[in-house]
Amino acid sequence: MSWLVAVLVLLIAGPAVAAAPTDREVDQVASQLRCVVCQNLSVADSPSEMARQMRNLVRERLAAGESPEQVKAYFVERYGEWVLLSPPTRGFALIAWGLPLGVLGGGMIVALLVLRRWTARGAAARGPENDDVDPAALAAVRAELAKRRPQ
Amino acid sequence: MWRRIVIACVLALVPVVILAYGLRANPRAIPSPLVGRVAPEFALPRFDGAGEVRLADLRGRVVVVNFWASWCIPCREEAAALEAVWRRHQDDGVVMVGVNIQDRRAAAGQFLMETRPTYPNVVDATGATSIAYGIYGVPETFVLDREGRIRARHVGAISAETLAGHVGRLVGGGT
Repeated sequence: MSWLVAVLVLLIAGPAVAAAPTDREVDQVASQLRCVVCQNLSVADSPSEMARQMRNLVRERLAAGESPEQVKAYFVERYGEWVLLSPPTRGFALIAWGLPLGVLGGGMIVALLVLRRWTARGAAARGPENDDVDPAALAAVRAELAKRRPQ
Repeated sequence: MWRRIVIACVLALVPVVILAYGLRANPRAIPSPLVGRVAPEFALPRFDGAGEVRLADLRGRVVVVNFWASWCIPCREEAAALEAVWRRHQDDGVVMVGVNIQDRRAAAGQFLMETRPTYPNVVDATGATSIAYGIYGVPETFVLDREGRIRARHVGAISAETLAGHVGRLVGGGT
């Protein structure tokens, strides 16, 4: 008999537990939504009235059993993808993710090529053919320099 | 040598142009995905205590929904234009509804005492309706056709000409 009570309690309490989202769960969603009356502030961080109302709505919809994704989709439906703080990882918005990485990679390749060219040129300047001076000419230059050196 | 300098300058200009474009764009001008879609339903209590305004009851009429707050200066500026268009078109099957959002009741009541609109005003205390309409500031004005579809959305104070243009098109269209 007691197990039946336990099952009943679980059956009743189960959905009730799911129906009360914690502050952390609400913040998790709210931190991904842009506060629409602020600039570059999430709904979780903004103290504005509008953000408070949006947080309440997030809490209500989570309490009604919606998943965080469904709650976000609700806001996107009303405000467009602009309301998400991170741009989506597909379509045109992919540029926002890909471009910085592409520029970084491209810059590294350019830097590598330039460095290689510089080191090659440096090596060429100190190349062995330049040590190849005629000893007789060298001696003549040294003698000339010694002659002109002030006493 | 000169060629290199020119190339370097052109390359350096690219991010400058992108930044300049980004900084010039108005961060408050946000395209609404709602235009062309059926307007979200609402049933909100009237300020004058005469029950509720239910959008569902207004099907078959051209509906103007104006979101406002007492602390919003442009809302005050557009009040006369809204009232004028309402008076001109109220016999053409046009309904105007003011929705008070993000406000205190006393301040909102004071605003209505001063602007004296003759069309119904309701209060969205929880903000659920304003979020459903994707509001990010006040005032915002939506014009709905007879099927309840959002046909125009105006952000900021609306002029009588602009609003009358939207309303006139929908009334005249007869759809």
